[in-house]
Amino acid sequence: MTCRVVVTGVGWITPMGHDIDSVWKRLVAGETAVAPIDRFDATTFPTNFANQVRDYDWTQYVDDSSRHGTPGMHTAFALGAARQAWEASGLGAMKSLDRRRCGLYLGSGEGVLDFDSYQRTSLSAWKGESVNDREWLEAAKNHISCTYEVAQEPNEPLTHIAREFGLRGPAFNCLTACAASTQAIGEACDILMRGDADVMLSGGTHTMLHVLGITGFNRLTALSTRSDDPTHASRPFSRTRDGFVMGEGSGVITLETLKHAESRGATILAEITGYGSSADAYRITDLHPEGRGPAAAMHAALSQAGIDPKADGPDGRPHVHYISAHGTSTQENDSIETAAVKNVFGANAPRIPMTSIKSMMGHLICAAGAVELITCLLIMRNNIIPPTTNLADPDPELDLDYVPNTAREVNVDVCLSNSFGFGGQNDTVIAQTFTE
Amino acid sequence: MTHKVAITGIAPITALGIGIDPLWRALEDGRTGIRRLESFDGDGWGCPFGGELPADEFSIRKIVPKHYRKATKVMCRDVELAVAAAAAATVDAGLTTAGSGEGDITIPPDRMGCHIGAGLICADVNELGAALVTSQDEDGEFDLHHWGQVGIENLTPLWLLKYLPNMLACHVTIVHDCQGPSNTVTCWESSSSLSLAESMRVIQRGAADACLTGGVESRLNVLATWRQECAGRIIDASPDDDPASLVRPFASDAAGTVLGEGGGILVLESLEHAQRRGGSIKAIVSGLACTQSIDDNVLTAASAESIGDAISLALARANLEPKDIDAVVPMGLGITAIDAGELGGLRIALGERADSIPRVLITPATGNCCAGHGAVQLAVATQCLVNQRIPGASCDLSHVLVITASQGGQNTATILSRGASS
Repeated sequence: MTCRVVVTGVGWITPMGHDIDSVWKRLVAGETAVAPIDRFDATTFPTNFANQVRDYDWTQYVDDSSRHGTPGMHTAFALGAARQAWEASGLGAMKSLDRRRCGLYLGSGEGVLDFDSYQRTSLSAWKGESVNDREWLEAAKNHISCTYEVAQEPNEPLTHIAREFGLRGPAFNCLTACAASTQAIGEACDILMRGDADVMLSGGTHTMLHVLGITGFNRLTALSTRSDDPTHASRPFSRTRDGFVMGEGSGVITLETLKHAESRGATILAEITGYGSSADAYRITDLHPEGRGPAAAMHAALSQAGIDPKADGPDGRPHVHYISAHGTSTQENDSIETAAVKNVFGANAPRIPMTSIKSMMGHLICAAGAVELITCLLIMRNNIIPPTTNLADPDPELDLDYVPNTAREVNVDVCLSNSFGFGGQNDTVIAQTFTE
Repeated sequence: MTHKVAITGIAPITALGIGIDPLWRALEDGRTGIRRLESFDGDGWGCPFGGELPADEFSIRKIVPKHYRKATKVMCRDVELAVAAAAAATVDAGLTTAGSGEGDITIPPDRMGCHIGAGLICADVNELGAALVTSQDEDGEFDLHHWGQVGIENLTPLWLLKYLPNMLACHVTIVHDCQGPSNTVTCWESSSSLSLAESMRVIQRGAADACLTGGVESRLNVLATWRQECAGRIIDASPDDDPASLVRPFASDAAGTVLGEGGGILVLESLEHAQRRGGSIKAIVSGLACTQSIDDNVLTAASAESIGDAISLALARANLEPKDIDAVVPMGLGITAIDAGELGGLRIALGERADSIPRVLITPATGNCCAGHGAVQLAVATQCLVNQRIPGASCDLSHVLVITASQGGQNTATILSRGASS
């Protein structure tokens, strides 16, 4: 007998704001936070704009900032998101909480790579075709900060969140690129369903808004280069989409076994009923043309949730009321995701609203899935679906209901959220309105 | 537990070679694979030694299927080691995947998962440097404007894809056509055991019948080594020192660790599936637990209490008592605070027996393989059960405990029990 798993708290730090309600309002209004990158001088880069987190002070979210030293930016984001999710759940007020039964599963990327120090070090030790290793070492001693480097490790957010809240249960960090936080949430649910923990904080955090991050994605031609119109650059499912817009931030949710949540009278925001994961095992750069991997992940999640994707529910609508698309705004992703959804849902596919908040928020990479799942919970709470913005010129080949440009009021009780990573990992989570 | 889970294949990849045999022989003989560094010039560095695979140990182009040779161009060292270990692991398990060996495939692609722990992979400073030098101004100063416009063109288009941690699993899943769940845990020395934990959950929830699992990392490059050296985890050594006695786990004069490269891939399989195909049951994973240490210093976060919790939980899940543990394979990095955490955890969970149970020490022979280290430990523990020996002595072994405590404080305790083939 597996345990039912519910969500009892949510939190995020995003480019569009640092609290749940204000960001939600902006999403419903179809706003964006795209602006020129000012964290480094990106003026000559093929892409010089992004969704950047601004005016954020992580120290407001911790009890004693001296215990956290100078955290990496990924950790700083995660501390803010985790604090919100923790406070919202009310667990902090529980005197008898067994923190050995409280764990963490994050999909966190690395922190900010210190490009300036790396280039100084390498160039000062450069000898024609390679660095002189001994001189590199001497230069590193001058330029590269040890404590900074340690703080950028991908498992640092785990360590700091555990420290902040005293969590001593199972702790994992996974890094499967754009799928990471959906995968983390799915696996955290599995840990709870088995009964290996009572509470799991889960989600993700990431920033690749640094020289090497933008460089790497520009070389892959994955980023939009619409510098003359950055506000409309992220345009999932549009005929003229030309890549994603970089975002950054963190989303964290408090997951709990139903039994634990009920025993303390917690407010239940939703239930997680399905999770599916697959690997493309196809090519390092291309997706399988029929979306084999994404379809497998969706099928597995639906199967766990006991949902027949091609049948209708008692209200005459498909069982799934909303799909949060991975929807990156790259040519390949949006076409193949659409094909995979059609493959899974058949004739029901065009009847299910499917949007991409990346049109507004940009792509939070490892954190994207968590932020999108939180959006699903808000959609179920408010019965409003924020739009896919910038969809003035739809791709004629893509014919699903992407809720273009304007939010829509509709009852939503079942959401499916997709995330697909560079590297071929695909993950789907299903969240439902909680009923006894 | 719904499905019992077995280890049916092991393939460590360490300074001593590929596969369990060369590693096991070295452990029996007390030999080390730690040697003077060749991948970079270690002279002048705090420690000129590393557990490095000789450059001629394997050719990745010969290991991958012919149609995949082109992809080896975008493999960093960590990926090469993972792909090599995965190939050896499927052979050891007698499993024919799409990418391994001749004959009929013995497992459907969608029933095969892949969980390979990895580290934060460093960009090659020489590859990056060759592009950086194209963006220097007349005075030799780096010009970011030039870099953004022209310099970046001198990096190969797929540059980023070389270094994403999940590219280890990406390449391995392509080569072996593993279409089941795949993940990349990045928790330092606990990455491999946490990957095993995840593979086990995946199999037990019925999402796969078998998984390639483990972890691999190579920090033997200047940037990654520097990160560990300046963090104070690496021993100070002079070129004249004896490499075999550099790492001294649990010794009063332990002075730090030495970096190694590698790790390993194991084949984890539901017992039922393994028996059905006549696979060799090398060990059963009978109990596994993970915990988090709370410590304000991430470099030495290894709380005896939390490690002890993990061991006690693993024992409870295996329905075993402390007296049932016949041998322990700790990390034994030779870093005093972490060794003390491991020993303290053993004492809390196993009581007085903690000091008398045989300990199998691997790090002196391989160096710390970081994200891959746990896989080396798990492979050696499995081989102890198969051989009914610990290196250097015959032993009646029913249950072997493997523990890890990572930089960052993630702990694991895994109990492997004697299988039909051991």
